[in-house]
Amino acid sequence: MSLIEQLPVLPIIIPLVAAPFCLIIPNGRIAYFYAIAISALTFLSCIGLLHGVAAGGTISYYLGDWAPPLGIEYRIDLANALVLTLISGVAALVIPASYPSIAAEANPKQIPLFYGAMLICMLGLLGVTITGDAFNVFVFLEISSLATYALVALGGRADRRALTASFNYLVMGTLGATFFVIGLGLLYQATGTLNMADIRVQLLENGTNRMVEAGYAFIIIGMGLKAAMFPMHLWLPNAYTYAPSAVSAFIAAASTKVAVYVLIRFTFSVVGADFDFVSAMLSYVLMPLALAGMFFASLVAVFQTDVKRMLAYSSVGQIGYMLLGISLGTEAGLQASIIHIFNHGLMKAALFLSVACVMLRLGVHTVDGFNGLAKRMPFTAAAFIFAGLSLVGVPLTVGFVSKWYLLQAAFEADRAWIAFLIVASSLIAVVYVGRIIELILLREPPEDGPLFRDVDGNPVREAPMVMLVPMWILVLANVYFGLRTDVTADLAGRAAASLIGGQ
Amino acid sequence: MRDEHLILRIMMKVLFAPIILFALYVQFHGDYGPGGGFQAGVIFAVAFILHGLIHGVDATRIALPQKVLSIMMVVGLMFYAGTGVLTMLLGGNLLGYDVIDPESTHHAGQHYGILLVEFGVGLTVAATMITIFYHFAGREPEIRDEDW
Amino acid sequence: MDILQFVIERFNYWIFTVLMMVGLYTVIARGNLVKKIIGLNIFQTSVFIYYISIGKVSGGTAPIFTTEHQKELKKHEHHGDAHHGDGHQVPTHQDGGHQDTAHQDGSHQGDAHDSADPMTMDLHAGDLHAGDANTSATLTRAGEHHGVSTPDLHDGDANALHAPANDALVSQGGDHGGDHGGEIATKATEFIEPLYSNPLPHVLILTAIVVGVATTAVGLALAVRIREAYGTIEEDELETADNVAEFGVADPRQQQDGGQGAGRLNPGGAQ
Repeated sequence: MSLIEQLPVLPIIIPLVAAPFCLIIPNGRIAYFYAIAISALTFLSCIGLLHGVAAGGTISYYLGDWAPPLGIEYRIDLANALVLTLISGVAALVIPASYPSIAAEANPKQIPLFYGAMLICMLGLLGVTITGDAFNVFVFLEISSLATYALVALGGRADRRALTASFNYLVMGTLGATFFVIGLGLLYQATGTLNMADIRVQLLENGTNRMVEAGYAFIIIGMGLKAAMFPMHLWLPNAYTYAPSAVSAFIAAASTKVAVYVLIRFTFSVVGADFDFVSAMLSYVLMPLALAGMFFASLVAVFQTDVKRMLAYSSVGQIGYMLLGISLGTEAGLQASIIHIFNHGLMKAALFLSVACVMLRLGVHTVDGFNGLAKRMPFTAAAFIFAGLSLVGVPLTVGFVSKWYLLQAAFEADRAWIAFLIVASSLIAVVYVGRIIELILLREPPEDGPLFRDVDGNPVREAPMVMLVPMWILVLANVYFGLRTDVTADLAGRAAASLIGGQ
Repeated sequence: MRDEHLILRIMMKVLFAPIILFALYVQFHGDYGPGGGFQAGVIFAVAFILHGLIHGVDATRIALPQKVLSIMMVVGLMFYAGTGVLTMLLGGNLLGYDVIDPESTHHAGQHYGILLVEFGVGLTVAATMITIFYHFAGREPEIRDEDW
Repeated sequence: MDILQFVIERFNYWIFTVLMMVGLYTVIARGNLVKKIIGLNIFQTSVFIYYISIGKVSGGTAPIFTTEHQKELKKHEHHGDAHHGDGHQVPTHQDGGHQDTAHQDGSHQGDAHDSADPMTMDLHAGDLHAGDANTSATLTRAGEHHGVSTPDLHDGDANALHAPANDALVSQGGDHGGDHGGEIATKATEFIEPLYSNPLPHVLILTAIVVGVATTAVGLALAVRIREAYGTIEEDELETADNVAEFGVADPRQQQDGGQGAGRLNPGGAQ
């Protein structure tokens, strides 16, 4: 046996074997180092997979030695290798940064469980991405969702609204997952198979019928709920706002992206955009919703007094960009969408981590906490500014790369008005990010009052090193991938080509 | 407390062992017929939940402490994942049971593999069910009886 | 009359639809969190029923390997275990004579060979030769019959599609499975065999039930915690409590200037 042969299953099996031990680890700090090691190992195996796929093409792994379409297949092509790398990379950076923040916000007894849940959440998201079996997607999706509900509810110690937020998320998430299962049932009934590639083969062979169309619609609705597609995003702002800061950073960067990835996968390589009903769905349902989300959610974000909630609404808007890329139905649009999935993960993780630093020191995540932040916590403030500029789409950052490719895709599809709308909605992002940057740079820190000192009553210091380093790695990644556009753009382009090309 | 609910306590004593026995039957018969780890685990947990209902959760917690349950969950999952890793170490794919007994002409490895995995599932499910029961039943009652 | 027939033939879908709507309505319309969870459960159960009903073959029994058939197997000098390869959750395998299940085995062999994965092929070649001549014959036939892309599931499905209750679906999978169906029908007379329902939906739903139980447990746990933190599990009361904590009034629309200073730890003094 060689390790390379088993590589495709390692991102699943490492956290799966490791996570249960968090139940019996008595001490939060041990669990912390343990989780760092596991997430790093997982990240390495994902990097290995990305490398293998980029060099050698699609990797297929048969679980239990059962060949597809009978058995479950793990099928890794460029599209999911990129998403895998993003998820495990964000996890490997957020988990090291999480300890001070989670120790301050959650019950100390629950810290080992927190790390167990983080690992399981990561495992579920990786599983959704890696699998080539449609029903397996549902199982992994629910694994990650259940872990996420628990993680969000951990914020209940600091703010009881986390509990209701988590409950709403649970209801909406379960509805979404069940819709997805109904869709799968219809597809299975029509094609007699659950293997994604095989469903496509059967559909090409036998054509579609109304059952397939209904199934696809159910899948879009289900995944739209999970991905917080406008107007099904109502669970998201509260869940992101009241979850512990480290959890917000992870789920904002990873979980909705995975749902968008599933949408892409089912649209382009399971059902196929060459069917009329799919392209109709893309242009008449997905595109209006994406555009509405971009504007509505960004506008709402402008008026938020809570920075986490503002970022959450901004996430809904950014999901709109990803869906817009998908809804163009072209290779360029898909490429832009995949690039933005990756880039948005990087910027939102950095932004939420910087809010976590503010939360750690000042105990608030409202705009008040950001007054004069540049003078009090310069590194945190700088990280927020860089990542915020990336969110707006300033050149030399990843945000610009995303927007650039999205604009190109819009022009290529002869839809200049969409390009105009993209620019217009980016201007709204300038407003909400600029508002915070203005507070950070131009306001004076409070001379007195509740936010004059930190939560322990000491003068406000910079956030601890363990939080600054991962945060700055993410910020630098924002800049690095903004300059080396060839890396992401090339990989995403090839991924899009293989997705559109069908098989 | 001792003298209350005499019939219930006696019935519990009578039923306890058969329930466990039935759980074991479902567990190990799951290879051939209906059954398997999930069902067996729940039935196993039922015996302890019955105990908890009649003697009180505190008594059950002494008989089967939460610590033991946590370890049971981990061990159960390790049976599952461990079987998978074992097949990987033996050169097959994850959960490719045939490598456990490659000489067999009738897939004996499949039987060993599935027995191990189902045993792990059974342990985990039983421990999880009892844990859920403990945590729901063991919370401080803050709703008074007349509020119901 | 046609309409009536149309309705009655699809009664399983009607049940599914009605239950689904009842569940969905409960989730949306009820303010009580526990009732919402009950609604979710009804909703999920409707999906379970839908899956089980599409796997049903008319006249077929549950896919359970019974001892009578084991005895029969021995009479036919079969290796009882030889066909047990389909994995643990699907104990469907009977002796080779049993048409539909043998067919499943057979097509699997075909796939294994065609997909040209040496390792898999070896494994299943063992399976292939373990059976007696009777089985092998069926297997070969099935193997020829199926292309690479035709999974064994199609057979189970073809059966399902031929069930009267599901004849609406014949348009899709029917012609696909039609030729096998005919073959099955002729071969079926040669052997004493129970007809089995398609086991795959059962397996899927077993998994989905476990997921559903976990979701319910988490949801109820959250409801308990919410009850402890707020003293209520009615949605409107929860909203009022949050508004009072944040804005100082039950309805924030009456007082627009609130909001500042909110979000500081523990606004409601909750524990």
